[in-house]
Amino acid sequence: MIGIEHYLTVAATLFVIGIFGLFLNRKNVIILLMSIELMLLAVNINLVAFSSFLGDLVGQVFTLFVLTVAAAEAAIGLAILVCFFRNRGTIDVEDISVMKG
Amino acid sequence: MPIDFLPVFLMVAVVIALSAFILTLSRLIRPHNPYPEKNRPYECGVDHVGEASAGMFKVQYFVIAILFVVFDVETMFLFPWAVVLKDMGLFGYVEMFVFIVLLLVGFAYAWIKGALEWVS
Amino acid sequence: MDLTQITSSVLASGPEIIIILGACVALMLSLVPRPGQGALLAGLSLVMIALAAAMSLTLAQNPQTAYGGMFVNDGFSTFFKMLLYLGTALTILISDRYLGTEDAAKGEYYVLLLFALSGAMIMVSGKDLLIIYVGLELQALSIYVLVGFLTTNTRSNEAALKYVILGAFSSGLLLFGLSLLYGLTGTTQLEAMGEALDSVETSSPLLALATVFLIVGLLFKVGAVPFHMWVPDIYEGAPSPVTGFMSTVGKVAAVAVILRLLIQDLAMLDPIWRGSVEAVAVLTLAAGSFAALVQTNIKRMLAYSSIAHGGFLLLGLLAGGSEGLASVMLYLLIFTVTNLGLFAVIVLLNRGAGQGENIQDFSGLAKSQPGVALMALVFLLSLAGIPPTGGFFAKFYVLVALVDAGFVLLAVFAVLLSAIAAWFYLRVIMLMYMEQNDQPAVFQVSPAIGWALIVTFTGTVLTGVLPAWFLGVSKAAATAGLG
Repeated sequence: MIGIEHYLTVAATLFVIGIFGLFLNRKNVIILLMSIELMLLAVNINLVAFSSFLGDLVGQVFTLFVLTVAAAEAAIGLAILVCFFRNRGTIDVEDISVMKG
Repeated sequence: MPIDFLPVFLMVAVVIALSAFILTLSRLIRPHNPYPEKNRPYECGVDHVGEASAGMFKVQYFVIAILFVVFDVETMFLFPWAVVLKDMGLFGYVEMFVFIVLLLVGFAYAWIKGALEWVS
Repeated sequence: MDLTQITSSVLASGPEIIIILGACVALMLSLVPRPGQGALLAGLSLVMIALAAAMSLTLAQNPQTAYGGMFVNDGFSTFFKMLLYLGTALTILISDRYLGTEDAAKGEYYVLLLFALSGAMIMVSGKDLLIIYVGLELQALSIYVLVGFLTTNTRSNEAALKYVILGAFSSGLLLFGLSLLYGLTGTTQLEAMGEALDSVETSSPLLALATVFLIVGLLFKVGAVPFHMWVPDIYEGAPSPVTGFMSTVGKVAAVAVILRLLIQDLAMLDPIWRGSVEAVAVLTLAAGSFAALVQTNIKRMLAYSSIAHGGFLLLGLLAGGSEGLASVMLYLLIFTVTNLGLFAVIVLLNRGAGQGENIQDFSGLAKSQPGVALMALVFLLSLAGIPPTGGFFAKFYVLVALVDAGFVLLAVFAVLLSAIAAWFYLRVIMLMYMEQNDQPAVFQVSPAIGWALIVTFTGTVLTGVLPAWFLGVSKAAATAGLG
C-alpha cells in the first residue's frame, strides 16, 4: 500500500537532487534554473500529497500558486540571462564573477 | 498481482503490432521522391538559417515562448474557478474579471511594446 | 462570503489595491514616451503612496481581519506599512537623478517599485502562509528586475542573475518548510496553525525539519551569516537607489514576516530555533563588522554594514516579548531613514557608469559641499551608533531588551562588535573632513534629492532627540500585534 510517507520520500529526494544540482553544477546557468524548478516541484508533490492525505483543498490551491510563481521566476530568470549573454557572450557559471570580495 | 497487469501488456503488444503494421503498409504504398526542400527541418514556415544545435535561436522565439509560458500558467486559475463558479455567484464572476483585466494590462503592455512583432 | 463581508474585505485591503492600481496606470503611462515622463511617473507614484498611507492610517482606527482571516490590519501591520511607504517614497525621490546619470530612465522603474511595495505590504498584512508567500514573491520578482535594470552594465546583470538564483533557492527552502508545516497542522492560517502546533511534540523530527527549513529560508532573506554570501555582490551591482530600497524596504518586510511567524503566531517553535539563531546572530554581527573593514567600494561596505545591522535585529528577536518586538521596530525605523539618507549622498556622488562609488570619492567632501558632508556625517554617526543620533538609541533599546530578557553575555558581545563596526564608518568621516582632494566632487543637489535629504536628516536627528516618544509608538504597535 502506498502511503503518505512514500510521496514525502519522493519529494524529499527530488528536493535534495535540486539542491545538489544547484551546488555541484559548474557549467551552465540554465541547469541552475532547472534545479530550482525541481525544488519547487518537489514542494508541490509535498503539498498535493498532504492535501489529499488530509482531505483539505488548501494544499492544492497552494500548488497552483507555486506553479504560477515558478513560471514567473523562470521567465524573469531567463530574461535576465539573455541580458547577461548579450553583454558577456557566455552563460558559464564560472564566468559570473566580475564582483568578488 | 502480475495478472492484474495483463490488460496493460496486451494493450502494449497491440499498440506495437498496429504501428508496425501501419508503418510498413504506408512504406509500401506511398510515393518516394525526396528533394532538398522536403528534407529540410520544418521551422514554422520560415527559411531555416543553419543547424539548431550549432548556432543560436532568434531571440524572438524566446520572447514569445516566455510570454506563452506566463499567460498559459495564468489561465490555470480559470479551471478551479469554472468548477465552483455556480457556488460563488456574482462575486466569483466579477472577481475573475478583475483577474483577467490585470492580465490584460500586462498583455497590452507587451503588445504595445512590440514584443509580439516579428522582425525578420 | 456575503456582500457585506466582501465589501469590508476589499476596504481592508484598500491600500494594496491603491498601490496596484497606481502601478497599472503607471505601466500604461510608461508606454507613451514624452518629455518629463520620469517626473510624471515619480509624482504619480508618490501621490499613490500618500493615498495608501492615508488609507492605512484610517483603517488603523479599527483593527480587523479580512478575507476570512487571511489578511489583517492591526497596529503591527500599520507600523510596518508606514515604514514601507516611507522607504519607497524616499527611494523614488533619489531615483530620478540616478537614472539620469546612468542614462537608464525608463518608466517601468517606478512601476516595478510600486509592485515591490505592494508585495511587501501583502507580506506584512498576511495572516496566512499562502498570502505571505505570494506577497514575498511579488516583492522578490520585482526586485530581481530592478537589480538588473541597467541592462548594459555587466555588474548589474551579474547581480540580477545571482539574485534570481539565490533568491529562488531560498524561496524553495522556505516553501519546503511551509509545506511540511501545512502537513503537520492541516492548515495554512497562522492562528489555526499555532493552535494545532500546541498539540504537536516539539521533539517531533518532522516539526524540527520544518522549522529548520523555515528559519533558513527566512534568514536567507535578511542575509544572516551562513546565508549572507549573496548580499555584498548584489548590493554592489544593483543600481544605488535599488540597493537602498532592498536594504530598507526588503529588509523591513522580511523582518515583519519573521516577527509575525516566530514571535507572534508560531511562538511554540521557540525552543527549536533559539540555540541556532543565537549562534547566527553572533556570527552575523562579527562577520558583518570585520568584513566591512577592508572594503573599498562604498556600496559593498554598506552591504556588510547592513549584514551587521541584521545581526542586531536578530538580537531583538532573541530578546522576544513586546520589549524585543518594539526595539526591533524602532531599529528598523531609524535604519530606514539613516540608510536611505546615506544612499541619497551616494546617488549625488555618482558620476555615471558606476563611477563615484569608491570610498575615496568621499574625500574632501567637507570642503566642496559642506552641507551634504554634514548630513553624511550625521548619517554615518547614526549607523555607527554614536550618542546624539537615532542610531545610538536603536542599538541601546535592543540591548536593554536583551539584558532584561537575561542575555547579558550576548549584549556585551554586541557592544564590543559595534565598537569595531564604528571604525569603518569613522574611516569615511575622516576621508570627508581630513583628506584633501585634487578633484573635489562637483554636483548640484536637485530638489527631489534635497527633499529626501531633509526628510532623512530630520528623521535621524529627531529619533536621536525624542527616542522615548518613538519607542512609545513602536511599543503600542508591538503590543497591538501581540494581542
